[in-house]
Amino acid sequence: MIQDLLYSSPSLANFGIFFLLATVFLFVILGFVTYAILAERKVMGFMQLRHGPNQVGGRWGLLQTVADVLKLLLKEDTIPKLADRPLFILAPAIAFAPAFMVVATIPFTDSLQFADIGVGLLYYIAVSGLTTIGIVTGSWASNNKYSLLGGMRAAAQMISYEIPLVMSVLGIILLSGSLNLNEIVEAQKDGWFIILQPIAFIVFLIASVAELNRAPFDLPEAESELVAGFHVEYSGFRWAFFMLAEYVYFFAMASLITVLFLGGWLPLPFLGFIPGAVWFALKFSVVVFLLIWFRVTFPRVRADQLMEFGWKVLLPVALANIFLTALLKELLNAF
Amino acid sequence: MIRTEEMLLNVGPQHPSTHGVFRLVVKIDGEIITEAKPVIGYLHRGTEKLAENLQYTQIIPYTDRMDYISSMTNNYVICHAVETMMGIQVPDRAEYLRVLAMELNRVASHLVWWGTYLLDIGAVSPFLYAFREREMIINLLNELSGARLTFNYMRVGGVKWDAPEGWIEKVAEFVPYMREQLKGYHQLVTGNEIFINRVKGVGRYTKEDALQYSLSGANARCTGIKWDLRKDEPYSIYDRFDFDVISREGGDAWARYECRLAEIEESLKIIEQAVEQFPRAGEIMAKVPKIIKAPKGEAFVRIESPRGEIGCYIASDGKKEPYRLKFRRPSFYNLQILPKLLVGENIANLIAILGAIDIVLGEVDG
Repeated sequence: MIQDLLYSSPSLANFGIFFLLATVFLFVILGFVTYAILAERKVMGFMQLRHGPNQVGGRWGLLQTVADVLKLLLKEDTIPKLADRPLFILAPAIAFAPAFMVVATIPFTDSLQFADIGVGLLYYIAVSGLTTIGIVTGSWASNNKYSLLGGMRAAAQMISYEIPLVMSVLGIILLSGSLNLNEIVEAQKDGWFIILQPIAFIVFLIASVAELNRAPFDLPEAESELVAGFHVEYSGFRWAFFMLAEYVYFFAMASLITVLFLGGWLPLPFLGFIPGAVWFALKFSVVVFLLIWFRVTFPRVRADQLMEFGWKVLLPVALANIFLTALLKELLNAF
Repeated sequence: MIRTEEMLLNVGPQHPSTHGVFRLVVKIDGEIITEAKPVIGYLHRGTEKLAENLQYTQIIPYTDRMDYISSMTNNYVICHAVETMMGIQVPDRAEYLRVLAMELNRVASHLVWWGTYLLDIGAVSPFLYAFREREMIINLLNELSGARLTFNYMRVGGVKWDAPEGWIEKVAEFVPYMREQLKGYHQLVTGNEIFINRVKGVGRYTKEDALQYSLSGANARCTGIKWDLRKDEPYSIYDRFDFDVISREGGDAWARYECRLAEIEESLKIIEQAVEQFPRAGEIMAKVPKIIKAPKGEAFVRIESPRGEIGCYIASDGKKEPYRLKFRRPSFYNLQILPKLLVGENIANLIAILGAIDIVLGEVDG
């Protein structure tokens, strides 16, 4: 349906439909973010012998995040006197717009995808890199030493981890022969790429956690070192925008891992009667749980060790993986 | 022309990882620290001066508030000093209660350190696990003294309250439980590659440095100095227990970490033996005059607190208040090596080094 619309002639009606779809999608994502935060707090609570939210919205704290967002809306919006005002205001928007843009390419089921781009994977990686500009801008514009340190770390981290991330994905591209996310999922009919590309999966997982700035790679906002890192000076809804971007990326990255390595909406053998959306949701939840588990378990990596690990370990391993994949593929084809 | 300039960074007094109101002014060149200057005194309350106008029993609550993570040892040091001056023989049961309270408090104190240090390093969960166990200790001490943090439990000549019924059994049950939990701690943290990389070789100093800077406690023992006042100058009834002095050779944050965790085990050994030997009946208070007057003269005693050697000097002119009172506060002395350790280090190591020293600001500032 969406494909047809894309190729039809532009009209006000089409625009209206697109606008409506985008709004619906926005609310789906916001709904996810709302409950991802709750899930994270609940899972963390479970692992840390706490209850997590259990007051607002029944005993499961279902409305806790809503209440938090309302609080953030009501908070005073402070801008430091010596901050670079236009950039300070612009930064959260720069950080959060790409987060929504990347979600459009994720195929949730074989029919539910908002933009079936031929080079979907490339698009995802390219656009998601933009967020760092928002973070660096915000950290610079705040005119605060801690946030500057956080921003610099974010930039260095992005460069160091984007490269292994892309390199690890190349193995998959070699196997599937496409950058289109739909075709990558289709290529996993015979075996998920987590089995065919275990090295790539591990590299991708580590690099993606670093990309998401989540523990153990949450250096840009390392609470115990940099107070709050790049968003020290942000408050109220501007701060919420950064958080929102972070969680939308969380959503997008978990979806991407599902698509690239866990076979997207493809069912397990003999269980094909369960709809694809359910499969996607299940695999997605497993990834989300894993990422939350990481956060609860690991201490934070030190900034210079993070760089070393990215360049000296992850990158060579990813390159070796490409070499190995190409070699094995040729050998298998030869016989 | 490209020009770089040094950045002056104010860490604290409202920084989340300075464990209170400690302020550190660091100059950084890029990410390398070129100069570090600690600024202390935000929590100074003048305990020593206040004590000059207080009777000896009245001073005890003030000591609670110095090293508030381990109030029992502070209580003990002032009582011990006065008892030494007056030559009071403390009843056995009271001594056992004191040792139990102090060792439980030592375990609690090390747990707080362990939890908050991991929090500094960036792991949130260990903090909550440590506080679960600490909560049990606090509850035990609460039953004993009626307070959770500022115990005000010891008195000159004994202790304020006897152990409630069943308390000793609860302590006995706690020991194996804590040992079990310690195994979990080691599994969760000690073997973690990220953690090891962050603390190994960080904040290293030699034995000579440790002696020159008058470090004590785990900060000294991490360099291979085998010095523990409980063993080397036994006070109270510590000569009745069989335990080891823990020391490590590394001199870095990792060695300090290992020392403290091993000390928890040694404390548990002492608690176990104290529970076994605990006299079933007896006085908890020696015969002391209603108004305590230390004889004219002076005395200095020192004991092993979780943070190091805590000392108490009393000069008395025979009145019911001391003429002069001075505490040797181990955190304050241990902190002095910080500027030396920080110069040349990466800013990312700052918190790891500061945390490993284990300071309590109430004690640093007095």
